[in-house]
Amino acid sequence: MIPKIKVNNLNLWYGDFQALKGVSADFSDRKITAIIGPSGCGKSTLLRVFNRMNDMIEGVRTSGEVLVDGVNVVSAEADLISLRRKVGMVFQRPNPFPLSVYENIVFGNRIHDERNGRKKLDAIVERSLKSVLLWEELKDRLHNPALRLSLEQKQRLCIARLLAVKPEVLLMDEPCSTLDPQATMRIEELMRELKNDYTIIIVTHNMQQAARVSDDTGFMLLGELIEFGNTQEIFTAPKDKKTEDYITGRYG
Amino acid sequence: MERHLDDELKELHQEILKMGVLTQEEISKAIEALKERDRGLAEDVINADVGIDKLELMIDEKCIDLIARYQPMAGDLRFIATAMKVNSDLERIADLAVDISQRVLELADKPLLKPLVDIPKLSLIAQEMVRDAIEAFVRRDAELARKVVLSDPQADKLRNLIQDELINDYMSRDPSSAARAVPLLLIARYLERICDHTTNIAEDVIYMVDAKVVRHRTEDLRKNP
Repeated sequence: MIPKIKVNNLNLWYGDFQALKGVSADFSDRKITAIIGPSGCGKSTLLRVFNRMNDMIEGVRTSGEVLVDGVNVVSAEADLISLRRKVGMVFQRPNPFPLSVYENIVFGNRIHDERNGRKKLDAIVERSLKSVLLWEELKDRLHNPALRLSLEQKQRLCIARLLAVKPEVLLMDEPCSTLDPQATMRIEELMRELKNDYTIIIVTHNMQQAARVSDDTGFMLLGELIEFGNTQEIFTAPKDKKTEDYITGRYG
Repeated sequence: MERHLDDELKELHQEILKMGVLTQEEISKAIEALKERDRGLAEDVINADVGIDKLELMIDEKCIDLIARYQPMAGDLRFIATAMKVNSDLERIADLAVDISQRVLELADKPLLKPLVDIPKLSLIAQEMVRDAIEAFVRRDAELARKVVLSDPQADKLRNLIQDELINDYMSRDPSSAARAVPLLLIARYLERICDHTTNIAEDVIYMVDAKVVRHRTEDLRKNP
């Protein structure tokens, strides 16, 4: 099967510091791939390459390829607007805009396409909220401020906001680290639902979460992708001793 | 980095070793009781089983406790999962030593049907397999475990030989010999079952060490050890 994202010998430098070293991996469509590794190993950097979020940092250089549907997105000619529409990101702390629930969701649609009529936007709001299982809870409060929602609802709203612009890849950087265990479980359930329609890549410190929710797992250390493969194999019988040491808590 | 889990795993390792040593002792005693027609020794084996059952429960609880509290992964997970299975196979082996002892009690008052030749041979194979399987677990020695797996067919063959002899040469010719032949038949069957449980242990050790599943694939292992 052709991977949704194919990384070929990717290197990335922040000034003189090399944060990614010769990373190569295939990320499958409609699967959840987890990237694990200690702080500073480059996992968030790798995630951010996929929709060029690192561009905002001064002195960033890359070499190698990141092919999203066969198009190299780290080349100078890449179309960032269509890339970010296709590849969206959910952050550690939910970051809704200080607007209503409704306006949060249609924010991207208003930017990307000004010809949206009210009816079309209403439909987008309903579809997006239903996808994140918030519709029943919020359908009568669509015009309330998003900032008043619970933390979990805010995170769901941020995911709904992404879905509204019909992305294909969802990048999640520690999406549950501020949530309690029950909310975490519910977000994980949502991820399992969403993988029927999207490619999901999640960065997490929570090894149990990676083991529970992902199909494939990559382990990174000091900028290198040490091991990448089927999640069950990585967590029961990793091939590399460094992976074994990290997931069994011997590393450090 | 030193982990608290390592101390717990060491303890678990010791407990399994203890279970293995006790089980081995019970098999030896049961076979000795058979050879010497020793009622007292057979009764000792039967009475010792309570202690082994208790140890089995204790080890089982410890494994579940470690899984719940540490959520082990990779090598740790394979070790604990293997310990649970080895524990249960050892307990079954000890039960079979009890079964042998009960047949010994049935036979003790009757004259021997025939001199025992093949049953002691089979018991030697069983004892060696148990010893090697426990050793393989303790030393994490997949090679030795493979040797154990490969010696199981030998036990099956010997059991069939014993069975054929008892049925064809004794029970068919003289049905009244059944009272003395059937307990021997059962003992051969118990010894062969001990070898089967031991094979399970060895297969689980191979999984623990090499992360390869060889269960139900003995043919592959024989062709490609």
